[in-house]
Amino acid sequence: MTQWIDIGQLEDIPRLGSRVVESVHGDIAIFRTKEDKVFALRDKCPHKGGALSQGIVHGERVTCPLHNWVISLLDGEAQGFDSGCTPAYPVKLENNRVYLSLEQERKTG
Amino acid sequence: MKQKLVVVGNGMAGMRTVEELLKIASDKYDITVFGSEPHGNYNRIMLSPLLSGEKSLNDIMINDLEWYSTNNITLHAGYEKRVVKVDRRSKVVYAADGTEAVYDRLLLATGSNPFIIPVPGKDLGGVIAFRDISDVDTMLSAAKSKQHAIVIGGGLLGLEAANGLLKQGMDVTVVHNLEVLMNRQLDTVSAQYLQKALEERGMKFRMSANTSCLEGDEHGQVKSIKFDTGETLPADIVVMAAGIRPNTELAQTIGLYCERGIVVNDTLQTYDPCIYAVGECVQHRGELFGLVAPIWDQAKVCANHLAGFGIGIYKQKDVSTKLKVTGIDLFSAGNFLGDNDSEQIVFQDPSRGIYKKLVLKDDRIIGSVLYGDTVEGSWYFNLMREKTSVADFRDALIFGQHFVGDAGHQGQNAIVDMPDDAEVCGCNGICKGDIVKAITENKLFTLDDVRSATKASASCGSCSGLVEQILTATVGGNYSESPSEKPMCACTKYSHDSVRASITENGLKSFHEVAAFLEWDSGDGCHVCRPAINYYLVCAWPTEKVDDPRSRFINERVHANIQKDNTYSVIPRMWGGVTTPSELRAIADAADKYHVPCVKVTGGQRIDLLGVKKEDLPHIWKDLNNAGMVSGHAYGKALRTVKTCVGSEYCRFGTQDSTGMGIKLEKMTWGSWTPAKVKMAVSGCPRNCAEATIKDFGVVAVDSGWELYVAGNGGIKVRACDYLCKVTTEEEVLEYAGAFMQMYREQGRHNERSAPWVERVGLSYIKSEIVENPEQRKAFHARFLESQKYAQVDPWAERASHEVEKQEFIPLTQVG
Ligand code: SRM
Ligand SMILES: Cc1cc2nc3c(=O)[nH]c(=O)nc-3n(C[C@H](O)[C@H](O)[C@H](O)COP(=O)(O)OP(=O)(O)OC[C@H]3O[C@@H](n4cnc5c(N)ncnc54)[C@H](O)[C@@H]3O)c2cc1C
Ligand code: SF4
Ligand code: FES
Repeated sequence: MTQWIDIGQLEDIPRLGSRVVESVHGDIAIFRTKEDKVFALRDKCPHKGGALSQGIVHGERVTCPLHNWVISLLDGEAQGFDSGCTPAYPVKLENNRVYLSLEQERKTG
Repeated sequence: MKQKLVVVGNGMAGMRTVEELLKIASDKYDITVFGSEPHGNYNRIMLSPLLSGEKSLNDIMINDLEWYSTNNITLHAGYEKRVVKVDRRSKVVYAADGTEAVYDRLLLATGSNPFIIPVPGKDLGGVIAFRDISDVDTMLSAAKSKQHAIVIGGGLLGLEAANGLLKQGMDVTVVHNLEVLMNRQLDTVSAQYLQKALEERGMKFRMSANTSCLEGDEHGQVKSIKFDTGETLPADIVVMAAGIRPNTELAQTIGLYCERGIVVNDTLQTYDPCIYAVGECVQHRGELFGLVAPIWDQAKVCANHLAGFGIGIYKQKDVSTKLKVTGIDLFSAGNFLGDNDSEQIVFQDPSRGIYKKLVLKDDRIIGSVLYGDTVEGSWYFNLMREKTSVADFRDALIFGQHFVGDAGHQGQNAIVDMPDDAEVCGCNGICKGDIVKAITENKLFTLDDVRSATKASASCGSCSGLVEQILTATVGGNYSESPSEKPMCACTKYSHDSVRASITENGLKSFHEVAAFLEWDSGDGCHVCRPAINYYLVCAWPTEKVDDPRSRFINERVHANIQKDNTYSVIPRMWGGVTTPSELRAIADAADKYHVPCVKVTGGQRIDLLGVKKEDLPHIWKDLNNAGMVSGHAYGKALRTVKTCVGSEYCRFGTQDSTGMGIKLEKMTWGSWTPAKVKMAVSGCPRNCAEATIKDFGVVAVDSGWELYVAGNGGIKVRACDYLCKVTTEEEVLEYAGAFMQMYREQGRHNERSAPWVERVGLSYIKSEIVENPEQRKAFHARFLESQKYAQVDPWAERASHEVEKQEFIPLTQVG
């Protein structure tokens, strides 16, 4: 059974932006897209540890603020020619509240 | 259910379109490709080096058979698989061997056919063209056992064929019907240089020669060529390279409207809306195509329409050409012959074999031919595309960029001579060898591809020129071609200038309005276009709340510089570099209170508090605000510092109060958003201790007033300022500075500092607007002051009060 933790309401996260949740695993960045989908990634770029929560969100991706790697919000994979992956966490939106699970999402496929 | 796309023609245009399509809509179609050559898709351009032995067949494959299967593309390749019929009503394609395929959309990319001059004997064995791998095979096997080769046609293709055959050890004569070789690219003089160089390698020529027939032996093999003068030459093989004709055969059979080529509209659609066509087989707005650069553009637009996005329009661009004969450097672009209204600058050094010609009209380059020294080719081509006025550096233009005041990566220009371990990109430590390897292994074609694959030139960009040259040297041809209107980023076809114009003309007020209006490829844009458009909006509508923090780079969003460890640095403004004991005390107190690990004097005459935690930012700002200090904008595309020297107040040489002048300038200009950062300085005398002549706007005091300088840069490429003019009063200094700032704000492109901006538009133009036209100057200045009314709000104070962007600085919650 997945343990869901209520971390706040959707409006707490700016659209096309991100907020940080501090956890035992370190900081987790919660992203909100233009279409109000939410995603959660460890707040650490696979390149040199940039805080992804500080990047520019576009589509379902975020550009790292330090050296412009583009990271997919879906699975934390670096896009284009860059390679590296940052852990993704399950999140869900229910009745406008955002829930996070700390069971680290395993990479599929 | 997936739709069906059938592609006829497995060549460069067809497969490039498929690649572009896969990038943007990989799931939309089941794709079937028919190709009449028994290979995957190869790089036709590289047939020349394949023939000369510089490349192998493997080197020149772009997509091998495996690529088709990994991408689920059905490939029918081979002569018997050529498409011979299309039933347009029931939408079925038939190959010669009866293979069929049903389509929803059909793409014709049948390329062109070599033009075979209609002389008796043209059908003899050993008479071939130079178009595909099988032609090269024929030539290579002829070279093994035979001696005499004749190449008909002294154009690009003919000379590349002749060079290859020569390298394979044959005795080669080029037959050309005019007096000038490569007459579509060269003028008489450069053609003579070229002919001489080729003759020195052993190539023979029959110029102004007309072939009357080819004679064969008893086996129907060609054995000689006869001219109308009666002269005969032995010929074991004859290569016809007299031009190409669009291959419209299939299109005509199926009743598609063709003129010289298959006629397509701006979206690459033929007269049958289900059928598209790209490449050398098409005719667009009356023009035909014979180089890959325009074909790349067509592929992109066509893919976009096939994907159903319905955006993007194909526009023709200038192209340039190079001859791919190793050891011969030749470059040609635009109207290189000139006309009655144009002028020419010519440089000639016969003993070194160098010839350069630039054709100018209204002080702009409209064409060029370079022979022997083509290093500056891409620079000239760029000036031509950008229609840059060269009035200010005409005298040095022909000698190259190096001579018009440009430091940086110069002196390394001879790419070919660079060793593989020479560092090209200093930011990311990328060597020439890495770049060459990435290009060959990943089959890269454009500067953007190389950038994302290697990171070379992806940071500060100062090595872009070098990387572009390596690209051209490695792949040959015209790959690195960038369109005359460079798109802003991969999300759009539009350039910075057109996006900007459209914002003001159509009253667009947000990124999403712009993206919708200009039909952006991706809904939210990317980290390149979002900040750029945000700036254009802020500049266009100063009185309205159009700024979108989500489109700003982190530094500008939290008003501090992000550090490598995700902490921030805080630099308060220190007007003109002057401070007070109480400000220093407040800085010291803040440093103690927030455990700032490093306090440093910056290169811009102020103090940096490095390593501040994000959540402390609003608090440290509040403390600094309380001591009267405001944000120094060290993080922004904005006014940074106004450096000053002590000036007449204390210095024995000072002629004016440079410190006071600097403070006034800074008070007027702080807070303004600009295309890229802006730095100023004021020196009290020509000894120039404030280094005012390498700033975006520099002021040097002299006894009789103030000298004004613009467009300097002390960064990546050092550029000394240009002298603008001299004024007498402080009010004038302020007016000129404000006018220059506003002109730059309105016309500079995002991320383009004033130095490259002024180089692009020309100092004369700046002078004509700001020095020679007082009304214009006053208008710019007034617009600047107006926009400053809304811009001069201390962003720190707004946030220290915890009212603005509060959520930026605190975590959402703590869990687990
Ligand atoms: C703090 C400072 C270095 C120092 O310790 O002295 C500095 C620090 C940075 N500079 Fe600089 N520059 C600093 C003075 C300069 C100067 C000297 C000057 O202003 O007199 C120059 C050359 C002069 C010029 O700009 O023409 C300079 C040319 C650059 C450049 C190259 C700009 C160019 O157009 O070529 C960059 C890169 C960029 O902007 O893209 C840059 C970028 C940077 C960035 C912002 C890099 C970044 O994007 O993160 C550095 C932030 C470091 C950090 O972690 O906070 N910095 N930088 C100086 C701050 C001055 C200030 O008070 O605001
Ligand atoms: C030797 C050589 C050197 C060149 N050098 C340069 C250079 O340096 N720079 C540059 O920009 N350009 C160069 N070009 C030109 C460049 O190669 C062409 O512009 C480009 O290949 C055109 O692409 P395309 O897809 O339109 O035609 P092609 O690449 O010719 O592809 C057309 C394909 O369609 C196939 N086909 C035709 N009809 C049918 C049918 N009915 N059924 C199935 N298949 C069919 C053909 O067999 C062919 O494979 C060179 C060309 C040659 C031959
Ligand atoms: S402060 Fe400037 S010069 Fe120093 S490392 Fe950073 S960007 Fe480079
Ligand atoms: S740390 Fe993210 S791109 Fe370098």
